[in-house]
Amino acid sequence: MSSTGFKGGVHPGYHKEITATMAVIAMKPPSKVVIPLQQHIGAPCEPLDNIEVGTHVKLGQKIADSSGFVSAPIHATVSGTITEIGLFNHPLGRPVQAITIESDGQDEWDETINPAGDLDDLSSDDIRKLVREAGIVGLGGATFPAHVKLSPPAEKPIDLVIINGAECEPYLTADHRVMLEKPEEIVFGLKAILKALGAEKAVIGIEDNKSDAIRVMEQAISGENNITVARLHTKYPQGAEKMLINVTTGRKVPSGGLPLDIGVVNHNVGTAVAVAEAIREGKPLIERVVTVTGSGVNRPSNLLIRIGTLVSDVLEVCGGLKETTQKLIIGGPMMGLAQPDPDIPVIKGTSGILALTDQDIYIAESSPCIRCAKCIDACPVQLLPTEIAKLAENKLYKKAEKIYALDCFECGCCSYVCPSKIPLTQWIRIAKAEILKAKKK
Amino acid sequence: MEKKMLVSSSPHIRTIESVQSVMTDVLIALFPVALMSVLLFGYKALLTMIISVVTAMLVEAIWLRKRDIFSDGSAAVTGLLLAMTLPPAPPWWLVVIGAAAAIIIGKQVFGGIGYNIFNPALVGRAILVVSWGGHMVGRIWPQPQPFAFGADISAVTMATPLAGQEEALAVSLTQLFVGNVAGCLGETSALALLIGGLWLFYKGHIDWRIPGGYLGTVFILGVLLGGGFYENNFLTGLFHVLAGGVMLGALFMATDMVTSPVTPRGRLIFGIGCGLITMLIRVWGTMPEGVTFAILIMNAVTPIIDNFTVPRQFGGVKKSA
Repeated sequence: MSSTGFKGGVHPGYHKEITATMAVIAMKPPSKVVIPLQQHIGAPCEPLDNIEVGTHVKLGQKIADSSGFVSAPIHATVSGTITEIGLFNHPLGRPVQAITIESDGQDEWDETINPAGDLDDLSSDDIRKLVREAGIVGLGGATFPAHVKLSPPAEKPIDLVIINGAECEPYLTADHRVMLEKPEEIVFGLKAILKALGAEKAVIGIEDNKSDAIRVMEQAISGENNITVARLHTKYPQGAEKMLINVTTGRKVPSGGLPLDIGVVNHNVGTAVAVAEAIREGKPLIERVVTVTGSGVNRPSNLLIRIGTLVSDVLEVCGGLKETTQKLIIGGPMMGLAQPDPDIPVIKGTSGILALTDQDIYIAESSPCIRCAKCIDACPVQLLPTEIAKLAENKLYKKAEKIYALDCFECGCCSYVCPSKIPLTQWIRIAKAEILKAKKK
Repeated sequence: MEKKMLVSSSPHIRTIESVQSVMTDVLIALFPVALMSVLLFGYKALLTMIISVVTAMLVEAIWLRKRDIFSDGSAAVTGLLLAMTLPPAPPWWLVVIGAAAAIIIGKQVFGGIGYNIFNPALVGRAILVVSWGGHMVGRIWPQPQPFAFGADISAVTMATPLAGQEEALAVSLTQLFVGNVAGCLGETSALALLIGGLWLFYKGHIDWRIPGGYLGTVFILGVLLGGGFYENNFLTGLFHVLAGGVMLGALFMATDMVTSPVTPRGRLIFGIGCGLITMLIRVWGTMPEGVTFAILIMNAVTPIIDNFTVPRQFGGVKKSA
């Protein structure tokens, strides 16, 4: 199957060659991890009753949970002693509650961690419970709790699962490496997801700048007749859920709706691996693959990192940052979050740590809009970014809502192409926030 | 680490394209046209272009109290575009007035780049046409003298092919395509205009909708309304596309980013509207040439077009009317 493409999108320099051929190396567990209690979209977790400063915990032991449905528990990612429970800097920009564990260097697994048994013997409910207990969230970056996506309402049957291997953000190669190194796990995880959903078919979408991953995955599914690999023309933001569904199936998620409205569920390749490990080994989500890259990093690499490892520790392993580094970004250059300093932990949604020097970032003052409409042609959602931005600038949020401001998913294509360097995405974010605020009243 | 990093909103990378680079691309696109007009009309054409561009840049620099006269390049584009719409050897003061009017009345009084409603070059030309029409739209035009750089082009005259059937039949379509006919500086050679247009298309600064809508409408109406004006209707359609300023207008004037619609459907409607009005003026109007006013009129309705052509968003449901 090949893609027909979606409207809009951009072709930034991909820079994936920096790390694409580097095998994932497991980073030595740090002496201290800081595990935020908010690592996913949804309700934040609370420390369990027996968890307090001074408690000794084992690797993989559940330390925090929430009664909310859209939430996923959090596990100890080293064995050791809890030294602090309190506010700590978070990649989202504001301090949140976090549990600090000093490692005892033993990496002693919690005894409750055991394989769940044969997949054939597990019911849909068993799989959902396992996935929830393992604290698995979408590893693509949006961190939506995975078990929620495995529990669609009865009136919305799912016939198709899409595995997202597009990895369209420039620089990032974590998913690429996972596909090359863990194809069998991806397919196993996918089968478990299919079983949990009662869905028949699956598509693995991969961009054609990862031909080796396409080959490897095609080989991995050769025995399966209900799973296909879709080769996608490389274009940003193809990995966005709605775009990916559109190019692989031709279906369109309705505005304001969810993929399950059209019978589809989407999971990232890393999430599939996490599901496989949770079933086969009972292993909760305690680590993830992170691409550490950019011209500001001395030794770029793909690392398997324990959740809660401080970015400063990761950078040290990678030889530190160059003097000329201007920006430190968690995630990719299009949608990632810039950080003032590396004193923040790696969380479940951290797909990349990117350091950019002044030669990569284009700093310019913005000039008036010349109505070139490049933002309109680039918008994958067919919005009018320049018009929404002008309305936001004039505080005309109601009008901005009328021209669908809320449909923007902030991919950044409009800001990327704008020759006048207007921060269009930022203005639209303001419009969205104001519209939502007015709705709540 | 002591140094605090730069924090700003995503995306963190951007194209190197800027307003200046876009304007430079337009100037590059106009180069074949400018070259051709010098080859056809000699040094006076070059002089006209220089006066127009320099006046436009100076007036803008003075108005904005800027020292950098190239600035974002938009004034140079306006100056060169205006020159393209002038006769081959206009008096110098006409060029100066036109360029100054284009910048001041066409652009700066609205608030400068991005805020003007009308195409500045065409505002300049329109002012010259209504004020000094004798110099601008006379029926007797200098005849091009290909490759005679120093020739006195005012000595030989011919009528614009758009003046009437007799004049039209006096030139061949090949002549019209290459540009060896009487007319304004930049409008005679369809070939040179197409080369420039292709460059803009390649660089992604224009899409097919405005030129396609414009030229398509002119062609179809030429076939329908021409009534064997040439030997047959098809050729008459082609004649209307090649003659006069339609090609220049469709590729360089109507596509002006600031004054044309931003929505995809709006751009097509805009192009069709320009074609329609051009042909209405050509066939039933008193002037041989309708491009200037066709585009200016469509400029005026651009905001309305944009308002009514907001695209349905991805996954949006068609409203039941």
